Amino acid sequence: MARGALAISFGAVFAALIVLLTLGTLAAVAGRAEGLSQLSGDDWKAIRFTLWQALVSATLSVVFAIPVARALARRRFPGRSLIIALLGAPFILPTIVAILGLIAVFGQSGLVSAFLGLFGIPPVQIYGAHGVILAHVFFNLPLATRLLVQAWLAVPAEQHRIAESLSLSRAGMWRAIELPLLRETLPGAFLVIFLLCTTSFAVALALGGGPRATTVELAIYEAFRFDFDLGRAARLGLIQVAICAVIALLSIFVTVPQARMGGLDGTIERWDRHSWEKWTDGAAITLASLFLITPLAILTARGVPFLFELPSSIWQAAFTSLWVALASTLLVVVASLSLAISAQRLRRGEGLGDALSTLILATSPLVMGTGLFIMLFPFTNPVGLALPVTIAVNAVLSIPFALRVLMPALRAVEEAYGPLADSLGLTGWARLRWLLLPRLRRPLSFAAGLAAALSMGDLGVIALFSNPDQQTLPLAMYQLMGAYRLEQAASAGLVLVVLSFGIFFAIDRGGRADADL
Amino acid sequence: MLTFDDVRFSYGAFSLSANMTIAPGTRIAVLGPSGEGKSTLLALVAGFISPEAGAVRWQGTDLTPQRPGERPVSIVFQDSNLFPHLTVTQNVGMGLSPSLRLSAAQAGQVAQVLDRVGLADYGDRKPGALSGGQRARAALARVLLRERPILLLDEAFSALGPALKAEMFDLLEETLPPETILLMVTHDPDEAARMEQIVVVSDGQADTPQDAAPLLANPPPALASYLGK
Repeated sequence: MARGALAISFGAVFAALIVLLTLGTLAAVAGRAEGLSQLSGDDWKAIRFTLWQALVSATLSVVFAIPVARALARRRFPGRSLIIALLGAPFILPTIVAILGLIAVFGQSGLVSAFLGLFGIPPVQIYGAHGVILAHVFFNLPLATRLLVQAWLAVPAEQHRIAESLSLSRAGMWRAIELPLLRETLPGAFLVIFLLCTTSFAVALALGGGPRATTVELAIYEAFRFDFDLGRAARLGLIQVAICAVIALLSIFVTVPQARMGGLDGTIERWDRHSWEKWTDGAAITLASLFLITPLAILTARGVPFLFELPSSIWQAAFTSLWVALASTLLVVVASLSLAISAQRLRRGEGLGDALSTLILATSPLVMGTGLFIMLFPFTNPVGLALPVTIAVNAVLSIPFALRVLMPALRAVEEAYGPLADSLGLTGWARLRWLLLPRLRRPLSFAAGLAAALSMGDLGVIALFSNPDQQTLPLAMYQLMGAYRLEQAASAGLVLVVLSFGIFFAIDRGGRADADL
Repeated sequence: MLTFDDVRFSYGAFSLSANMTIAPGTRIAVLGPSGEGKSTLLALVAGFISPEAGAVRWQGTDLTPQRPGERPVSIVFQDSNLFPHLTVTQNVGMGLSPSLRLSAAQAGQVAQVLDRVGLADYGDRKPGALSGGQRARAALARVLLRERPILLLDEAFSALGPALKAEMFDLLEETLPPETILLMVTHDPDEAARMEQIVVVSDGQADTPQDAAPLLANPPPALASYLGK
């Protein structure tokens, strides 16, 4: 058997499965789409709203991120590392939980409305376009901030010292250091967030809707679920994929910053020019922290008292979510490891890995779900397969993140220990067991933890296929919200948060313990 | 016999050619300026790279189709000779079975060889808990277990201090079977002087081996300029 042939054949199988789940489902959808000329007025509204809200959400996220990132980059204070860690949390936080938290703050009977009521001002509403944008900023402001802090800290200390020794003014500093830095980082950050906002489904499902705030993803769901109009769902699916594909192509020309695994310790030397900058920095950090923490704090306060009154169906759903997440994680680990090893073995293999990732990022989960429904329908009732489909789709969606972590780590292992392993004849399973798995424990468990948490909190494809017998916790929570049982929803949300973060930390930390590095 | 049969290798602007025959038991230092291809010469024998033309042969058989682990060769690098996540016993045991499925007899062999290099009490440690000299000994223990007729040392001991280095050479002479071919890359003429013969690698050419003492006493121009004489 040729070198690495086993790994490569595994990798090829998973690559083929991914192509089937992305391009295959797309083809199934296209077969049903009956021409794009039939796009209705509602379809166009959905397209316009999707692009508009993504534009506004991404713009607000990066604009607000600038002062917060600058403040975090140049101030050192107790709790700073906690705030930095908090900025990574929305990635793991289940969307539906955050939405419920935002409703608790900005909803009709929320904190803000109660405060306004003291002055006789009518309550605010969260449902509609502005609610969708608010939620998207909640999720993406932290991401943009992290990317910017990273960029700020990457400026060589010499540049600051030169600026200092030339006594550059505030405006001079802006031109010499900050503007170039932002010009380099912002387009990529903007693009990533724009893509995330065009594909986000749960936010639009919970806070949007109606003719003024329906995204393409939501319209696919409604066409599928309420009208069972597969033709329209398919048509919209093609539109959604086209939008994602254009953005994915654009990202080839823009340097997309990558969020790093490690912390963001260290601060840059102080280079404020005015004493009031201390106060503006403090205000930026405080406001951003409040914006991120308050929804979850209120949710906790409201949810805890009802924790032990949750119906057994919620615990059942929690159990389902747990094993769905674990099954999906197992799939991610095996698939991404095989893909990464094959990519390492093949010439230009890493390029193939990147191409697969881009393909996945450009595919919408709902299109995947719709396509799978169309493909499975002739053989069986797809609703009966809700959980296996959810497991597969969740796994595929996590693979780009897993590959982004694993491929460079694997390259480093092979560079350092490949010749030694080769000279000892360490091949096949022995190489996997004695070299790769031990050396890749940390990145692999980080990727597995992420995959588990993402699957745990997912409210996407499961909504499309759902049936009363097979509920996941996010779906059960969404249905409680729909029935206005907000206290119970808050309790269920707490369970979901604990499970999501718990599963992430259990897997991630488990991999770090006793790892000899 | 290890034969470099009109071997040529090139990579970009770099090229190396070698044509020589080495008899069993010969101890050879590979000497020359850095970047001229000393390590490349070893990598061709180890099988990390393949010659563009010609062949490296062992007992007349072309080694090219053989993978590194199948060749009659052991190699010790300057560092990364041990897997940091495995114990010394496991690292050394890989010399007998890469999958670490060791019989009781083989486990006994591992313990014996660790004793021979003075690491009897260190089997359960991981490399991070060893000194540089102890790590070199562990690597040597694995070489002894593998019993391959060719040993390649790619600046294996150059990170060690002079006393440890001398100790390792003594241990090598004491433990290595006499018929083993030793090819040792070095940039240190004192180390080279410990070998019987020297191969000078310069200007894209590995010269045929010459006796060490007369060569070092009366170096040709290329070697003289490298040595600064």
